[in-house]
Amino acid sequence: MFNEMSVDDQIREPYRALVDWMEASGPEVLEQKRLEAETLFRKIGITFAVYGEGGDPERLIPFDLIPRIFTSGEWRKLDRGVKQRARALNAFLYDVYHNAEIIKAGIVPADLVFRNDAFEPAVIGIDPPRNVYSHIVGVDIVRTGPDDFYVLEDNCRTPSGVSYMLENREIMMRMFPDLFKSLRIEPVESYPDMLLKTLKSIAPRKCDREPNIVVLTPGAMNSAYYEHSFLADQMGVELVEGQDLFVHEDRVYMRTTRGPARVDVIYRRIDDSYIDPLCFRPDSVLGIPGLMNVYRSGGVAICSAPGAGVADDKAVYTYVPDMIRFYLGQEPILNNVPTWKCGKPDDLKYVLEHLGELVVKEVHGSGGYGMLVGPASTKEEQAAYAKRIEADPGDFIAQPTLSLSACPTFVESGVAPRHVDFRPFCLVGDNVRLTPGGLTRVAMREGSLVVNSSQGGGVKDTWIMSD
Amino acid sequence: MLSRTAENLFWLSRYVERAENMARLMEMGYRMALMPAAASGNRSEWESVLSASGCAAGYDPDAPLRQEEVANFLIFNRDNSSSILNCFEYARANARAMRTAITAEMWEALNNALMELRRPSMHNLAKNELPEFIDWVKKQGALFRGATDSTILRNDGYDFIRLGTFIERADNTARLLDVKYYVLLPETSMVGDGVDNYQWTTVLRAASSLRAFHWVYRDDYSPHRIAHFLILNPFSPRSLAHCAEQITQHLERLARHYGQRHSVHRQAVDMYSLLTQSDMDEIFSTGLHEFLTDFQGRNRLLSLAIADAYHFGGQ
Repeated sequence: MFNEMSVDDQIREPYRALVDWMEASGPEVLEQKRLEAETLFRKIGITFAVYGEGGDPERLIPFDLIPRIFTSGEWRKLDRGVKQRARALNAFLYDVYHNAEIIKAGIVPADLVFRNDAFEPAVIGIDPPRNVYSHIVGVDIVRTGPDDFYVLEDNCRTPSGVSYMLENREIMMRMFPDLFKSLRIEPVESYPDMLLKTLKSIAPRKCDREPNIVVLTPGAMNSAYYEHSFLADQMGVELVEGQDLFVHEDRVYMRTTRGPARVDVIYRRIDDSYIDPLCFRPDSVLGIPGLMNVYRSGGVAICSAPGAGVADDKAVYTYVPDMIRFYLGQEPILNNVPTWKCGKPDDLKYVLEHLGELVVKEVHGSGGYGMLVGPASTKEEQAAYAKRIEADPGDFIAQPTLSLSACPTFVESGVAPRHVDFRPFCLVGDNVRLTPGGLTRVAMREGSLVVNSSQGGGVKDTWIMSD
Repeated sequence: MLSRTAENLFWLSRYVERAENMARLMEMGYRMALMPAAASGNRSEWESVLSASGCAAGYDPDAPLRQEEVANFLIFNRDNSSSILNCFEYARANARAMRTAITAEMWEALNNALMELRRPSMHNLAKNELPEFIDWVKKQGALFRGATDSTILRNDGYDFIRLGTFIERADNTARLLDVKYYVLLPETSMVGDGVDNYQWTTVLRAASSLRAFHWVYRDDYSPHRIAHFLILNPFSPRSLAHCAEQITQHLERLARHYGQRHSVHRQAVDMYSLLTQSDMDEIFSTGLHEFLTDFQGRNRLLSLAIADAYHFGGQ
């Protein structure tokens, strides 16, 4: 296991100043700071509800005080790799809703795209502004060694967690002003401005003025509601619910105290299937009837574009390196994790024989639900899971259990290494922009590899050291 | 501004004001009950408090009308939609549903209030040290209004917040005065005696206006002057006249801001003129209770007219 702070008892360069500071402060000061941080979070009201678990609907995500640190050299590689991926994924989306060259070229199987639940026939042939579908790409990255980074998955729809990146930094700066003064840490606070710029740059064809932008949320009961309101607030735009919007003729309006006001760009944080009951789920009460018609005729821009989900499917994921070569003519800077597709007979055989060593996931699942972590499972669990795979092999992929890197983390017994992953947020509009930072998630239980906040994972601030 | 946001802001400040006024009502009950001669009233103080709170219908008819039970009902009862706990729960839920429309300071004030109120120790405080608990509630209202006053943009959102505050406060001052009506002996012989005067000063205390009263009138308490102070005096921050003045001003600001006038503007001006043109002798002779009942009715209609003018409640 790669410990990002120290190798063979040698403190690695980016962590040296932090370690000196921690040693000088002593455990009592750190414990005191930890309690202060929790109070701050509770006060600000950053919480995360977990569906179907009952209990406190406004549970806090555990916040770990010890930052995760990248050198500027490490970041340069991540920055280039993530942007490259975001470009390729958008090129792929444009392609599959137009000429499907990559399928004609025999690189990606047609069934995988056209029979995919996330493929949206309703948007075939539509040109979204700037031909961008996924305006915010969250790329989940893990590390196994000093120079070994792997992309675990891409999130092209509405990746969440960016509010934690910003709030974690806010709290860290309040708690450790000395460290920020003495170290050169890249700031992250420009993210909301960059997001606003990105959203403005995708104004729809018919928009003839400064675009009116809104954030569309399913409402206060949604687990990511805090983030929705946070981003709307930071950008200074309205946070709306479906009930606040309506379609009149070929435009979208919101209900205001002054009467109807036109809306040009919708940053939606609700799923495709809910946005327009006339086009998708008729039982949706969250959506806006007629929205898709307006979208088709260029009266409104939707971020992410309907249909973008087909690019972040776990089976499509395996083809991203090929997309990079096909569309950009470049070699991938960040590697994929080797993946077995259970839909292929040979792969299926291998997976069933090696369940104890592999991580098996549902192709369409998310949030760490419904996966099997081989080494941490019992024989019975493996047998039960094997039955599920055999029933529908195409629904599953498997990957080797990577030896994820670990970062020092506060736990009951003191400071100990815990496994981490990383999600930077790449913005795509008139430009491809990436804030130097991201969300580091940490598995709080010893040995655990599951970092999802819905499964008890915590978060850390991520520091990119500047040159 | 989104209509839903305006509606949330309006109700948010109404709930905060209501919580505070529930506390003020209890303060009055508590003080009246300390009086030795109180038993001479034709109804118990706590029964009066309950009646004036407007939530008597939800009170268990078999429960005793004592401080402990009534206070518990007005503070913590989940089925009582105006209980202090519910007021803070609703206020915070409203705030959460439109975090972008309020400032971090306002959110923290509401969030902290609810977090503290949910603590089990608050039950003991309310049971054993009611005055201290009442002070705590008043402080939360002050913190929220202070945070609002010093941080929020003076745009239309501010007007909706202030409208909520003053509609609710006007209603509550009218209720405070009505407690006095419920307690007061009907025989005129009692009016003006020691008990009666003590009760009137209690109303002033509950409105945090005892000292202000002296500054304004520089004279003894009399029911006439106290009622004047809380109904017609525009300088008194809890008086009906002041509330009506503020409501008129904020509606006027909205009219200018939006360039739109609605029937609610006329209604508000009518209510304000009623208060500037009445005098206390007239009010006492037609009946204080009748006057207050009429005022509360107008105030309710005004609230509905605001909702109508600014498209509250979707379509």
